[in-house]
Amino acid sequence: MKELLIGKLGWESLPHEWFTIGAAVTFIAMGLVVALVITRLKRWKWLWKEWLTSVDPKKIGIMYFIVAGLMLLRGGLDAIMIWVQQALSTGSSQGFLTADHFQQIFTAHGNIMVFFVAMGFVSGLINYIVPLQIGARDLASPFLNTLGFWLYVAGVIMVNMFFLLGGEYAATGWLGVAPLSGREFSPGVGVDYMIWSLQISGIGTTLGAINFIMTILRMRAPGMTLKKMPLFTWGSLCSMIMAVTVFPLLTATLFLLFFDRYFGTHFFTTTAGGDPMMYTNLIWMWGHPEVYILMLPSFGIFSEVVSTFSRKRIASYTSNVVGMIGVSLFALSVWLHHFFTMGAGANVNAFFGLMTMVIAIPTTVLVFTWIATMYRGRIRFTTPMLWFLGFVGLFSVGGMTGVLLAVPPADFQLHNSLFLVAHFHTMVIGGVLFGIFAGIAYWFPKIAGIRLNERIGKYAFWCWLIGFLMAFTPLYVLGIMGATRRLNHYDASTGWRPFFIMALVGGIIIMVGVALQFVQIIASFIQRRQLIDVTGDPWDGPSLEWSTASPPPSYNFTVIPQVASRDAYWEMKQQGLPEHTFEDIHMPKNTASGIYISVFAFLAGFGFVWNIVWLIIASILGIIICVIARTFNEETEYTLTAEEVEKLESARIKRALAAHASKDEGSAGDMGLLEFVQVVIKWALDVVKSKRWRSW
Amino acid sequence: MVAANKEMSHEAAANDRVMFGFWVYLMTDLLMFTVLFAVYAVLHGNTAGGPSGRELFSLPLALTETLILLTSSLTCGIGMIAARRGSKKQVLVWFSITFVLGLAFFGLEMKEFAEFIHEGHTLQSSAFLSSFFTLVGTHGLHIISGLLWIVITLAFVLKRGLNPHMIRKLGLLSLYWHFLDIVWIFIFTVVYLMAFV
Repeated sequence: MKELLIGKLGWESLPHEWFTIGAAVTFIAMGLVVALVITRLKRWKWLWKEWLTSVDPKKIGIMYFIVAGLMLLRGGLDAIMIWVQQALSTGSSQGFLTADHFQQIFTAHGNIMVFFVAMGFVSGLINYIVPLQIGARDLASPFLNTLGFWLYVAGVIMVNMFFLLGGEYAATGWLGVAPLSGREFSPGVGVDYMIWSLQISGIGTTLGAINFIMTILRMRAPGMTLKKMPLFTWGSLCSMIMAVTVFPLLTATLFLLFFDRYFGTHFFTTTAGGDPMMYTNLIWMWGHPEVYILMLPSFGIFSEVVSTFSRKRIASYTSNVVGMIGVSLFALSVWLHHFFTMGAGANVNAFFGLMTMVIAIPTTVLVFTWIATMYRGRIRFTTPMLWFLGFVGLFSVGGMTGVLLAVPPADFQLHNSLFLVAHFHTMVIGGVLFGIFAGIAYWFPKIAGIRLNERIGKYAFWCWLIGFLMAFTPLYVLGIMGATRRLNHYDASTGWRPFFIMALVGGIIIMVGVALQFVQIIASFIQRRQLIDVTGDPWDGPSLEWSTASPPPSYNFTVIPQVASRDAYWEMKQQGLPEHTFEDIHMPKNTASGIYISVFAFLAGFGFVWNIVWLIIASILGIIICVIARTFNEETEYTLTAEEVEKLESARIKRALAAHASKDEGSAGDMGLLEFVQVVIKWALDVVKSKRWRSW
Repeated sequence: MVAANKEMSHEAAANDRVMFGFWVYLMTDLLMFTVLFAVYAVLHGNTAGGPSGRELFSLPLALTETLILLTSSLTCGIGMIAARRGSKKQVLVWFSITFVLGLAFFGLEMKEFAEFIHEGHTLQSSAFLSSFFTLVGTHGLHIISGLLWIVITLAFVLKRGLNPHMIRKLGLLSLYWHFLDIVWIFIFTVVYLMAFV
């Protein structure tokens, strides 16, 4: 009976270790505080109607940023624990984590950073910026977009669910390589949590990618041919095409692994003819392109940033585009370099080694187009530009170590060493994350209507860069000295400890950088009167997103712009802006179907993790019913008439003028850190003194 | 394409996008099948001492299934022609025939599975059987989804008549059904025919 009702769940699955109890209490407390604040402010209905059920890609983009930002802290905490453990645990000291716990932490760190931080930020930026750049009012299928977002959220919850129920995460490494992830060697629910978290969010990614391909290929403003598309849109298009190519492989592979664990099939087992090496192949066929799925939008961001802040068109637009397409194509044929040591044979290794080296060519082309753009440009050293410069340095180092790893004989030495760990962190932090940060700094004025505090932003950048170099340079050295990855303990006689301590210090500096980024955003809001931007175009930007208001109205553009050339908005600014007229606008209605389907998807996944058959069946029925109800709903749009648009626009202009008039010109310059601390302390004292907290 | 978009009405442009998006979706689905085909190709010899495909499969049965599914594609196509002509009655008739044929196909597939399992050759017996059941079963699952889709679409056709919205839906449905047919042709070749080569 119990088996029927709650499957494998029981008292023993409640948290009972310090870290799970701690995390569970923190999560519940955080949830309660947020719920309390919303109830107090009577914002539940507003939250539901304006945000959660919204199909506006701009709002969904912001929600992606928020979730991904929280996950950055969560994954960062894992990173710090890894660093601390490795700095402590040498000789007779075992550090503060058990081996099993340590394994769970690096597994979760990898899953969270790739799927929920990097993918989250990238999806957020694409959601917000791409429709604006191509002059579209919404997406091809607004519903698929909310569904994609909510499936991502379901994945986020699933990956953290083990804190509340289950008490363990997968201890297999972020890809769950077989046969370790099979039933025999990982009997607990950890791997199941991993499978369903990745499965649900991965399906969301596929759906989102289909949607963006439709949007970019079918909804560009009149006149914007493919060859006139902004480069961030190009990067996103390449990335999304790769996503629809490889995410189905991930889905299928995870299903097979799930069959092995749930139904006892023999795909990746060591018995009855199963082939564990096939899992490694299949998962890396997705896993390698995945890195480029994250990287290509960043390339696009850097192209925009360099061009804007050098006040020059990108040098050789065509080479840049061809470079990105080249990267996408080659990226599909190099997966085997992740396991040269598995023994595929010399010829196979040689082929994949060469293909990997060939990728360096299109990436180098990209780097040269950026450098050539800066050449003789009038460069403004703003924060986005700093992120770009940091990226170029790190990316070159990462690229060169990558070529080194691509040589099979060298790889036999460096395989699974900390050298490899340092290499891919150089690429993912230096390439992807710096790109995301550059993008956020660049487009923040568009998103929030205020510029970011440049001064604190620059502090944050330097913390990241210095911290990064301190944290990962020692890992290159350690790797060459023979330290393997995922070590929770090493012998004192190795003499590695000083390097690990240096890495920890670097990690702490990075954390300071992260903290400064949050401070930067808060400080910018405190200072919003000085930093307000009413023009919608604070950087003198080249592409269409700068031609509309900041933040843009829900319909993005009152008139769909006519595009005549690349860098359309620069051209328009020189030729004279078009007249403002008003027209009827078709807009998609809000929908909660995406949320319902994701809730059911989460419950189905939960049922599979814990073997609760009735829950699985009920949830799948729920999904089917929601999909049918949504598909046959013919009234998914409403029309804003020209008069309504005119009213909205004049109200917006009035507000902007009022804000401009009250703009505080007196205290020029950005708030410094000290000032920020003073403001916060003063505010806190005010609250305490005036007893305002009582009214909360 | 962009210029053409401008001239298209709002509705027609939406139609065009949905069609295109559905094609992309079908390609992702095909890629999932690709993995299953690749896995079958790798594992089909790993019988772990159990029977091989040559000993298990019955070609006449597989051929019957194939013919049934091909015919259902034909009736589905005729149904689409009727939909374009606006004949509600014919749409109902032809898609119902498609449904019956699809159900017959699925029945035969289940009969085959039941026989294997009855003889003790299950999903767990060997890597070969795991990959066989998963590949063919996934196709069967798609067929079941298609059957459900047919029933629901026909119910809405009955209720709402053949408006442009419904014709679009029928178009997607027929695309999906033909897609399943193509996948089955590959299964018939790779799984059944190649077992006897």
